[in-house]
Amino acid sequence: MVDSILQFDGISKSFFGVRALEDVTFALRKGHLLGLIGENGAGKTTLMNVLAGVLAPDSGAMKLRGAEYAPRRPADATTAGIAFIHQELNLFTNLSIADNLFIDRFPRLGRSPFINRAAARRQTVGLLQSLNLQLSPETLVDRLTPGERQLVEIAKALSTGAEIIIFDEPTTSLTAAETQRLFRIIRDLREQGKSTIYISHNLGDVLELADDVVVLRDGRLVDAGPARDFTMDRMISRMVGRAIDQIFPTRESKPSHEAVLNVKGLSQAGIVKDIHLTLHKGQVLGLFGLMGSGRTELARMLFGLEPFEQGELLINGVPCRRTCAGDSIRRGMAFVTENRREEGLLMEATVVDNVGLVALPAFAIGRFPRLLRHRRLNDAVARIVEAMRIKSGPVARTLAKDLSGGNQQKVVLGKWLLSRPAIFLMDEPTRGIDVGAKYEVYTIINDLAAQGAGILLISSELEELMGLCDRILVMSKGEITGSFERSEFAQEPILHAAFKGHQRVPQSRESSGRAGGR
Amino acid sequence: MAVTRVSRVSSLPSGKAFGVARRILLAENFVLYLSIVFFAGLCLFMPYIASGRNLANLSSNMWPLLALVLGQMFVLILGGIDLSQTSIMALTSVAGAMLMTTRLDPALFAKSPLWGLLLSADGSPISGTLLAVPLGIAAMLLVGTSVGFLNGLAVAKFRMPAFMVTLVSMMFFSGLAIYLTKSENIMYLPDGYTRIGSGGIGPVPWSLLVVLVLAVASHVVLRHTVLGQWFFAVGKSVRTSVVSGVPTGRVIVVGYALSGFCAAVASILYSARLAGGRPTLGQNLLLDVIGAAVIGGISLFGGKGKVLWALFGVLFFVLLSNSLSMLALPFYAEPVVKGAVILLAALLDVTRTRLLAREAIA
Repeated sequence: MVDSILQFDGISKSFFGVRALEDVTFALRKGHLLGLIGENGAGKTTLMNVLAGVLAPDSGAMKLRGAEYAPRRPADATTAGIAFIHQELNLFTNLSIADNLFIDRFPRLGRSPFINRAAARRQTVGLLQSLNLQLSPETLVDRLTPGERQLVEIAKALSTGAEIIIFDEPTTSLTAAETQRLFRIIRDLREQGKSTIYISHNLGDVLELADDVVVLRDGRLVDAGPARDFTMDRMISRMVGRAIDQIFPTRESKPSHEAVLNVKGLSQAGIVKDIHLTLHKGQVLGLFGLMGSGRTELARMLFGLEPFEQGELLINGVPCRRTCAGDSIRRGMAFVTENRREEGLLMEATVVDNVGLVALPAFAIGRFPRLLRHRRLNDAVARIVEAMRIKSGPVARTLAKDLSGGNQQKVVLGKWLLSRPAIFLMDEPTRGIDVGAKYEVYTIINDLAAQGAGILLISSELEELMGLCDRILVMSKGEITGSFERSEFAQEPILHAAFKGHQRVPQSRESSGRAGGR
Repeated sequence: MAVTRVSRVSSLPSGKAFGVARRILLAENFVLYLSIVFFAGLCLFMPYIASGRNLANLSSNMWPLLALVLGQMFVLILGGIDLSQTSIMALTSVAGAMLMTTRLDPALFAKSPLWGLLLSADGSPISGTLLAVPLGIAAMLLVGTSVGFLNGLAVAKFRMPAFMVTLVSMMFFSGLAIYLTKSENIMYLPDGYTRIGSGGIGPVPWSLLVVLVLAVASHVVLRHTVLGQWFFAVGKSVRTSVVSGVPTGRVIVVGYALSGFCAAVASILYSARLAGGRPTLGQNLLLDVIGAAVIGGISLFGGKGKVLWALFGVLFFVLLSNSLSMLALPFYAEPVVKGAVILLAALLDVTRTRLLAREAIA
């Protein structure tokens, strides 16, 4: 290919006999945007690590601008003009924007060891302006929104003179407006002749942005071509290796009239105000709202992780006050938190220890000491791992951090299932996991509802809620601003309720069903 | 087209010899093997080390230290640290001795704040009775556990850093022990008590038996109870533990209380061996405790630890101290060598963790 700036040629890589990449060959055209898609564990991250010089391929080679490119360390990639914008941002939150941009190469005063603050500031202002970011270079990164941090990362990439920019799931924590701004900037960069690899699970975004699409599955390249030839269906079927005829499994059960959770007039100054809701047996109740609408805080209060000043909480008709997570669990509640790394999993512990954690007391005999029945616990864990089809090495040795995102999430769900709860609070249970794993999570939610559990499902993806829920509540600024029965589901009114009290009117993007805004 | 084959990342040398070395390094019982090799090496150069007398000496040094390390292990697994163990030893030693002693010299103790209240020239009100020894021991355990409990409370409820809390309590309680006795050792302890330090069942000393029970109990708690699993969970992630319904506060308090309890057990053994209550007991032991724990492989970052590791760590550390003291090094050289070995152990631990992590990817 004449105009290719970067070429992967037969890249293979395996870890201790397990193939992560096999003979991957494709090219990135100069000034183009290439969308790289695939399920978790398909090899996208490994491939990018090879590109970054973090891993060396077992065989195969890369060419950059026609010349051989074999990075030995990440610094080689930077020198070669390749910049990575990671899913988890690599900024020092305790430092200012300018400090972050120049941390490894501050301009000096002449040849002295002293930093030329003025020059750093001037260059930072220039970079921020080129991205239309109205911020002072002295602003601490800590005080920036996720979207602004992303832009600072981009500024950092530009400041190193990068020609190739790799985005890895850049929109997961962005609001709709921030996503739009990011897309504008990505397009601008393309106009300026920068080449981009864009990795995302959001296939709609890839279709919208990309010139070319490359699909990986199980470490192999299974499809590649111009984006205009791709449809959503084609992408999904190539990614999972089978056609998924529907995105959401069909609900067959109907909720009963029996209430499992009653919330009456719950208030906490500045966070939520006068919340009333009822969750029924077998019901999937959606809770939609923008980031910062109080939806996560509400779930945390219901589970006893945060206090509330006023209001009443009834579980199975029994009032509860001043509870802690342990009490909630004993009353049959489960809470799948939005951040599985920090609050869902013990990343350094094995799959067995993670799945067993919540239900431990149920597998003990005696009161003091409570002796564990290891055999029973291990059997129960093994059943969960099998039933949920958690893909993992030996469960007694594999650590949670070594699983893919989708499997990690299944471990989180599994640990709650083991305690057989009747009420599930799920906060963004499908965040950052691939299409196949999402479908499995949806199926689990449906099955749980069919078995009579009540599920409060929080999500930023409106389509997801509309596909799964019996009823959707909408929150805005700490209040419930709308309630929709299944027959009334429609994007526009729901989004309208979600933006109630917000100055900014939803833009075109919001109608595609993504929540955002502050 | 010439495609360059890029060499594998693994910069490790290969070969059979290396494979064996790697297996040994990564082995669960690495420190035990190290101790055995070390001991064998010492026997070549200092045959005296394997003599009956020295082995008895080794053993009498080992068991009380193991009691301390077991306690420290609970706290380390929680991701904390207990610097106050040595002052707990001093305080419990003094408290127990005060209750049990049969004679106090008024010239020395008349200035003690407890003189006239609890203490007199004949010891305490229970001195000389049948209950003196059991009550004295119970009081020591109670005092040690209570101090640990207070430490735990400060760490769990007020969310103060463990380092700070236990550093302060180290200063406070060792000061208290000195204040209560006016820095005098309490002697004349009943025979029933001092026999713990010297006697035993046949050739097996009491201290071994006591610490063996403690070690087995610790193992059961850690591996076979809900509480044990909670220790590891809290050490790995407090936030995940909270959401998962683990009563993290209580778990932390219990951990520090256990550490205090174990320190009291060590104090009972040491005081019995010295046949006296010492307000400065264990003053120089802190390095030994943390050092032995780290050498054994109990992580300072929390979430990792085993009773066997504690045992191996103590074994190696005691061997090291013993051989160093036999070398008759100048007094400043001993801590230098000890420090270097602990540093090496920490380095080894980091290396092992990294290698094990790579194995786990497979």
